[in-house]
Amino acid sequence: MGFVRANRTGLAVALAVVVAAYVAYAVDGTLTSSLLGFAWSFAVPLVLAALVGVLGERSGVINIGIEGQMLGSAFVAFFAAALSGSMLLGALAGMGTGLLLGAFLAWTTVKWRMDQIIAGVVLNIVATGLTSFFYVQGFTLPQVMPSIEVPLLSSIPLFGPVFFTGGPFSLFAIVAVLVIWFGLFHTRWGLRTRAVGEHPHAADTAGVDVVRLRLLNVTLAGLLAGAAGAYLSMEASSTFERGFTAGRGFLALAIMIFGAWHPGKAMLAALFFGLMSGAAAQLQASRVVDIPEQFVNLLPYVLTLVVLAVAAGRVRPPAAAGEPFVKGDA
Amino acid sequence: MTERLLQLRGVTKHYGPVRANHDISLHVDRGEVVALLGENGAGKSTLVKQIFGLVTPDAGEIVVKGDTRPISGPSDAIARGIGMVHQHFQLVPVMTVTENIVLGHEPISGGRVDLPAARARVQELSDRYGLAVDPDAEIADLPVGTQQRVEILKALSRDVDLLILDEPTAVLTPQETDELLRVMRELAESGTSVVFITHKLREVLAAADRVYVLRGGQQVGEVATADVDEAGLAELMVGRSVVLRVEKDPAAPGEEVLAVEGLHVADDRGLPAVADLSLSVRAGEIVGLAGVEGNGQRELVEAIAGMRRPTGGRIHLRGDGTTQGGASGAVGEVDLTRARPDRARAAGVGHVPEDRERHGLVGSFSIADNLVLNRFTHRLFARRGVRNRAAIDDNATRLREQFDIRSAGIHTRAGALSGGNKQKIVVARELSARPRLLMAAQPTRGVDVGSIEFIHSQVVAARDAGAGVLLVSAELDEVLSLSDRVLVIHDGHIVAEVDPATIDRAEIGRLMAGGRRDAQALADEWGAGGEKQGPAH
Ligand SMILES: Nc1ncnc2c1ncn2[C@@H]1O[C@H](COP(=O)(O)OP(=O)(O)OP(=O)(O)O)[C@@H](O)[C@H]1O
Ligand SMILES: [Mg+2]
Repeated sequence: MGFVRANRTGLAVALAVVVAAYVAYAVDGTLTSSLLGFAWSFAVPLVLAALVGVLGERSGVINIGIEGQMLGSAFVAFFAAALSGSMLLGALAGMGTGLLLGAFLAWTTVKWRMDQIIAGVVLNIVATGLTSFFYVQGFTLPQVMPSIEVPLLSSIPLFGPVFFTGGPFSLFAIVAVLVIWFGLFHTRWGLRTRAVGEHPHAADTAGVDVVRLRLLNVTLAGLLAGAAGAYLSMEASSTFERGFTAGRGFLALAIMIFGAWHPGKAMLAALFFGLMSGAAAQLQASRVVDIPEQFVNLLPYVLTLVVLAVAAGRVRPPAAAGEPFVKGDA
Repeated sequence: MTERLLQLRGVTKHYGPVRANHDISLHVDRGEVVALLGENGAGKSTLVKQIFGLVTPDAGEIVVKGDTRPISGPSDAIARGIGMVHQHFQLVPVMTVTENIVLGHEPISGGRVDLPAARARVQELSDRYGLAVDPDAEIADLPVGTQQRVEILKALSRDVDLLILDEPTAVLTPQETDELLRVMRELAESGTSVVFITHKLREVLAAADRVYVLRGGQQVGEVATADVDEAGLAELMVGRSVVLRVEKDPAAPGEEVLAVEGLHVADDRGLPAVADLSLSVRAGEIVGLAGVEGNGQRELVEAIAGMRRPTGGRIHLRGDGTTQGGASGAVGEVDLTRARPDRARAAGVGHVPEDRERHGLVGSFSIADNLVLNRFTHRLFARRGVRNRAAIDDNATRLREQFDIRSAGIHTRAGALSGGNKQKIVVARELSARPRLLMAAQPTRGVDVGSIEFIHSQVVAARDAGAGVLLVSAELDEVLSLSDRVLVIHDGHIVAEVDPATIDRAEIGRLMAGGRRDAQALADEWGAGGEKQGPAH
């Protein structure tokens, strides 16, 4: 049972959360369901975006352009669907845009060794500029995203309706977490990816093609950013506005750190953010405490500060994250 | 007819004005151990990096088993049966021994990396070559000697025909070195060729069949080891005769410079590494610290240098303020027990750290800047917070000349220098500050014989000028020949003080083993080593 031993703390936390959730469910079923539902819909884009960061940094590339990648994809997804009248086309266009923006970051930083931070900032600025410029009001999506029920799993009380019933992107987020988790820690690709992110010269001298692996991972990560963007404009809502992503791409970086660059832990961290926001909103709505709405909306960002302060020094980023790889310079 | 495994013809590699390799031709036959010998910066690493595909030659041909296609990269080199152990470790610190060894050729079953199979393979390799490693240990937790073994196993795990070893013994203890030389001979006998780079002539004579000598990027000589001795090799390398013994007058110790009393220091994991240790160093003497690596030497030195906070005890520096130090004229006694590195330096502590890459240099800074790292705020080099470039450059020009640092100029990036030249920068910087106390940890690690001679003479000169010197070295020869007084450290304690002129190697070996039950075995080994090495160096 190496798996259990290796993930002892994570599993203990997860178990505690599950037990607490069911206790709460037994006390007040409706409230718990709605709270968890809120938390998950809040968490979905954050989970996807955090995975973008994990994939990048685990292979040694810092991606602070997630926000821009999401924003661009959300924009393209929404308008492609609205103009073509096809939800499928919108979704594909959104993910395709993500892929393209991933490739942009990959080629500029890995191939041409542009500074990773600057490349990310460029992504954010360009995405904000272009989406604001081309934005036009008055479009609507042709239909709402279909909801899918996963057989069997969706009939689990409390968790089934929340996690295993929903739009394609919510379900995709869960699949992505599981696939990347397994991939990173159990496959050849994962071992090499982690080696490249920790000590690219060691990987290089062992015959691993560092440049190719980084290009691949950063580009594919863009696909996830595309999914996160499309989720926001097509699944979580049916609209697009200027500055639509509202800093979620940066929040995701905090979640990546809080989750110690681990897909599963990042998902837990995102849910934690969602629960906190949900709880605060609930408190405010039920007028238990009288706090202005603005403060409630502020919560995720305050939480980010707190979380980063707590996490700092306790978690360690991949050693080579941020460093361009130059062959033979060992 | 032996098979020609490797043939180099006219291999040339220039870095700007630096002719790292120029028109080099040599060959390696199957089952041969060939040593590459040369001064620091002679181009040895550059040459083997080209054979391994890490560096592309400007001109010339590298033929592997008759195949003349250029080597496109490490994976291509590996595919052609070449393995390499690099001068700087190429291991991922946060991964296990097994993961590091199988990286790049992982066994797969059902889509996952088959770790049990990989572990079994590592264990099997470890047994076959008698190189003990724990397959599940994380690299970051291992001492350098063990990491070196992992590097070697990593290269051997690929079934190589040609194994390149770039200064593999620089960080090994004498026992570990002998073990490695044995493995090399075994490999050669089973048909694997070995290219071996070292600065230790004894090892060349013990393990190699033939030697190529490089100087200034060119191949200047080839000899069979059967036809030369250490002095002959040294002369071939440097181009003049080299004094392999340290020449110094008897010490004239003055007053106490360093007093360490009841010191306790913890290691990185928080375990006690130095326990209730006391020692004293006087002005004008060289005190050698002999011990098997990992017995608290590193922690002791780091505590005195202010890099590590002691958990108990006191460290005092005394002096009359006549030496320049970082602090002009600090007189009297300074308590360094909880001092930070800058205060220790200001008080007159010079420190040549054991790990030059991490604690000795800033690789992205120029040579000139690295040479004033310990004194960049000193009034010689800065005025009211503005650096005095002219003085910094003058200083660099002078030291580069004096210490024979081989580089294109004083504004070259220090990171681009060869290993031995980096070491010379650190030594030059520390000595030029004229410290009251000089702590030198492995001061000649990776340095060629000519430069060892020079560094030793400089350390002796510093002593004669009144500095107290604390020398830590894994080279027993170095400790015994350079020191005026030798302290034996074991398990964080000073267990004996001996006179280096009269002590015999067997005795000191026994002391270094600290009265353990295997002490006699270790003593025998040291005694044997002493005979093998002879009196020279
Ligand atoms: N990437 C580089 N850029 C510029 N100069 C370089 C580079 N690599 C090596 N050199 C220069 O080439 C010369 C040969 O270096 P090399 O590392 O091959 O020496 P070496 O024989 O291995 O020395 P040592 O015994 O000190 O390891 C040196 O003068 C070094 O400064
Ligand atoms: Mg070298």
